[in-house]
Amino acid sequence: MYRYDEFDHAFVRDRVAQFRDQVARRLSGELTEEQFKPLRLMNGVYLQLHAYMLRIAIPYGTLSGRQMRKLAYIARTYDKGYGHFTTRQNLQFNWPRLEDLPDILAELAEVEMHAIQTSGNCIRNVTTDHFAGAAADEVDDPRPWAEIIRQWSSLHPEFSFLPRKFKVAVTGAARDRAAIRVHDIGLELRRGPGGGLGFRVFVGGGQGRTPMLAKEIRDFVPEQELLAYLEAIMRVYNRYGRRDNKYKARVKILVHERGLEEIREQVEAEFAELRGGALDVPVEAREAISAYFAPPSFEDLPRTSRILEEARLRDRDLALWVARNSHPHKQPGYVSVTISLKPIGGVPGDATADQMDKVAELAERFSFDEIRVSHEQNLILPHVRKDDLPALHAELKAVGLATPNAGFITDIIACPGLDYCALANARSIPVAQRLSERFADTRRQSEIGDLAIKISGCINACGHHHVGHIGILGVDRKGEEFYQITLGGAPGGENGGEDAAIGEIVGKGFSTDEVVDAVETIVDTYLKLRETPQESFLAAYRRLGKKPFQEALYGR
Amino acid sequence: MASHATLKVLTANRLSDGRVVYLGETGWTVAIEEARLIATPDEASGAEAEGARAVADRMVVEPYLIDVETETGGILPASLRERIRARGPSTGHSRGAAA
Repeated sequence: MYRYDEFDHAFVRDRVAQFRDQVARRLSGELTEEQFKPLRLMNGVYLQLHAYMLRIAIPYGTLSGRQMRKLAYIARTYDKGYGHFTTRQNLQFNWPRLEDLPDILAELAEVEMHAIQTSGNCIRNVTTDHFAGAAADEVDDPRPWAEIIRQWSSLHPEFSFLPRKFKVAVTGAARDRAAIRVHDIGLELRRGPGGGLGFRVFVGGGQGRTPMLAKEIRDFVPEQELLAYLEAIMRVYNRYGRRDNKYKARVKILVHERGLEEIREQVEAEFAELRGGALDVPVEAREAISAYFAPPSFEDLPRTSRILEEARLRDRDLALWVARNSHPHKQPGYVSVTISLKPIGGVPGDATADQMDKVAELAERFSFDEIRVSHEQNLILPHVRKDDLPALHAELKAVGLATPNAGFITDIIACPGLDYCALANARSIPVAQRLSERFADTRRQSEIGDLAIKISGCINACGHHHVGHIGILGVDRKGEEFYQITLGGAPGGENGGEDAAIGEIVGKGFSTDEVVDAVETIVDTYLKLRETPQESFLAAYRRLGKKPFQEALYGR
Repeated sequence: MASHATLKVLTANRLSDGRVVYLGETGWTVAIEEARLIATPDEASGAEAEGARAVADRMVVEPYLIDVETETGGILPASLRERIRARGPSTGHSRGAAA
């Protein structure tokens, strides 16, 4: 893992001291709310429905056991004993007191964490594949580049007051698990014609009220020139991005209004000026960062684990959990494990302080002290010996963290919705809970197979409903919660996210009482019409279109 | 006298911890049942002036009036958003965690 150098430590400590002073001045009346608001937002502090909310950055979703224990400690000491992992691979606390926030940030600084770049019109915390550095299909580990982008973008003076927020995602595998096509910039690490590493670059993706898939602006940028190319894009966006209307200020609108060709020409002109200059990443610097992400000391193990195979035959729960919640690893004898934060009837993404402590302990025992947060609101132990899976499963089961549903219909993404969020129009969490309970039966989930439901409580789409196989958007209709359903969305997939799609609205919305039945009707229609049990919901939808689902839902 | 449908209360978030508060008869309260019912435009103006003073005194942020109903005996916000603010989240680890 990346470790802070003296500069990083001093930078974060200074920021804590600044914020402590800003909070004191707000409480003493020297600062008005209007003056204080942008300052607190630059430190991840929002004012939500019931209380302040602190959003903590987890750069590229990577945590150590020590950091997770600190989050558990903060949850217990300053909050209500739990935290909420988000679709940006971050963590949110829902109940901190303003006067405690400087102390919380000081606690975070002790373990090399902060809340910078989690809000505001800056380049936000970079996200990546949650299996980075472990996945069998990876070209190379994208995290060193995510870290290099973090260092370049943190407090970048030219890009601290952009027209709007700006999100970058990086994947190191051809199969996109980081939803790069719905980010402002999506990067796919790949090998170029000469065998050297570089990036395929997509620009102009995003969700929200105007969902768009990012377009390929360059098929290959050599790795040492990545920052020059990113800076070129940012300059074009900063210069031409609209500042007259916040709803039209994202780079996706600029690309849409000006056209990809014009944007590409502008970017190439900037790139021609910048490449070969100070932004070129020296090989030594790249290697120094990569050394932090060097693979752990894996053992030479056989591909198959006799211990695991025998245990699987004895224990059906273990067998199902391994089948769903483990992912192929590049090192023989190892897998990555998804710890589901989606227990049946639970709140997607929530973990109690005790669970966080347990995950920290298990990461130290079983995964070289590494934890990842996925944008799907689960936790990952990236490097687990297959031999250890029975013991790990037993430990997780004892604390309610062994739900065998990764990628199943109950592995639902949901934003905090109207239960917490000041922007929301409708609740998300109770809908997720009722759906989870409706489809709780494991055999039924297995029969349905891969199916991603994603729920947002407003058009800002933090719950990624646009890219749900079944997307649910909460709206306010004359004071009542209503839910609009979209079908056929997908966040990424094969070949640099070419499977990505924005879902189509199936028809008129459903009331709170109707929405779970409507989803069940959609699922039953799929089961009836699929050609084989292997044909996934998404594949079936793409073959059939929405008509049979409309007929089932609306009788026409 | 205004009808029940136009009754209002003044709400805000407390500066120190962000918690939901209501203007009561003798100051700010976390319990909506203790909120001062506002029935006329003059009462609303007076409450808003008290809200502005509380902002200046660093007690609350962003005060605003909300519609409430009293048919059931207590004070019930008209909108779902304000009902959730009054009672706390409707589910999960913080269910009902109103102040």
